[in-house]
Amino acid sequence: METLRRRAEILQEIRLYFAQNNVLEVDTPLLMPFGAPDPALNSFVSKPHAELVHALHGYLQTSPEFAMKRLLAAGSGDIYQLCHAFRAENPGRHHLPEFTLLEWYRLGFDHHRLMDDVEALVSAIVPTMNFARRRYRDVFKAGTGLDPHDASTDALSAAALRCNIELGDAGDDRPSLLEALFAHVMVRDDASRQALFVYDFPVEQAAYARIDAGPPAVAQRFELLIGGIEIANGYFEVVDPVEQLARHDHEHRRRQYLGLPAVELDPLFMAALESGPLPACAGVALGVDRLVMLSGQLGSVSGAVSFDPFDTN
Amino acid sequence: MASYSTNQFKSGLKIMIDGDPCSIIENDIVKPGKGQAFNRIKIRNLMTGRVIEKTYKSGESVEAADVIETELEYSYSDGETWTFMNTETFEQVTAPAAAMGDAVRWLKGQERCTVTLWNNEPIAVVPPNFAILKITQTDPGVRGDTASGGTKPATLETGAVVKVPLFVEEQDLLKIDTRTGEYVSRAKED
Repeated sequence: METLRRRAEILQEIRLYFAQNNVLEVDTPLLMPFGAPDPALNSFVSKPHAELVHALHGYLQTSPEFAMKRLLAAGSGDIYQLCHAFRAENPGRHHLPEFTLLEWYRLGFDHHRLMDDVEALVSAIVPTMNFARRRYRDVFKAGTGLDPHDASTDALSAAALRCNIELGDAGDDRPSLLEALFAHVMVRDDASRQALFVYDFPVEQAAYARIDAGPPAVAQRFELLIGGIEIANGYFEVVDPVEQLARHDHEHRRRQYLGLPAVELDPLFMAALESGPLPACAGVALGVDRLVMLSGQLGSVSGAVSFDPFDTN
Repeated sequence: MASYSTNQFKSGLKIMIDGDPCSIIENDIVKPGKGQAFNRIKIRNLMTGRVIEKTYKSGESVEAADVIETELEYSYSDGETWTFMNTETFEQVTAPAAAMGDAVRWLKGQERCTVTLWNNEPIAVVPPNFAILKITQTDPGVRGDTASGGTKPATLETGAVVKVPLFVEEQDLLKIDTRTGEYVSRAKED
């Protein structure tokens, strides 16, 4: 009950923060005819229980990103959304298949200004938090001795071997190596009150972030980790529809390479970007359950929600 | 050959790593940088006792280790191997000294031990938490001797030497905590 109350307070603090900053709350559909093509995300695909409605067959959204970008392209201005998101993945200490996400977009911000924004919001909720910012390159180098932008794939493979990392068939796949080594470097420390923004990622992990040509070329995105646990992921967003399509093609090929089912891009999303256009903006998604967990010093996310529907214990 | 997918990882699961059977102590799923998922596990090598960390790409599979824990009764030793019996099937297995470890200090016969079998061969033996053993040799305690901290060494019938209070004597039966190797109390014949 204590956690329920704390959770309600946090939701109120979030809404208060955005009201004070003139960011509009929106509420987009969670069941949509298309899913996210991101190779790291797997959707729940819903089918009606009875065959009464033939047409309704959809994807539970892995995040409200595409829906919110349609609103941005239509001229919504700064927006935020507090909603549930669904990801078909194994539950764990920090993962629930259905979880609460806070996603917001700020017009005219780059990823640095958005980090300021995230810091202000998290500070409003956990006033004792200390923040630091480090480039992905520096964090990676400190942990592995290698430069993630320049190191050869062979050198990354050798480092993975030293760190007891098993990638199977993906042993010489550069994106997999980078992700695995970064996971290895980011050691969990549940007791830590230190919040770390890691920014400027390798271009292999750009997703929908703009790329700064450098050198070295970097993806203009950041991740917020608290005690090594990922809390938020932010992007200086790609707005050009041509570039957006190119990124989607890239994701499509990654899905094929990883043996994942193909996911079509929503044509209405592309149409919205073309007619919009999407204004220059930066956007971030933040895991609310994890924030509640850390704020209450709970051991797992299942303790931070009303109840875990799949927990039979 | 049986194998486990990373989706089945949980603490207590027994898997093969570099040719040795290992037990998973901790399993954590991490998804760095909105990338793919990894299972980060902490494992104990059941042969060496060493604990290491490993990271697997989620979806990979790992060979299962045919490891079971079973209750067997200690029968006898020829000095080099120790023989245990399943009291239901009367099947016997013999454990080498490496698998016995400290357990040899507390066994005289007919104790029910937890024996870890890998491919049906014993690799670890845990004796009952308490052993009742007779003292075969100890010096008489000298009253008022506080320099030795109120204890003296005593040799038990299994050959183990433990620290005992000054008042216990040769031929006394003692209750020993096998987990710590410490004297608990005097005991009666059961």
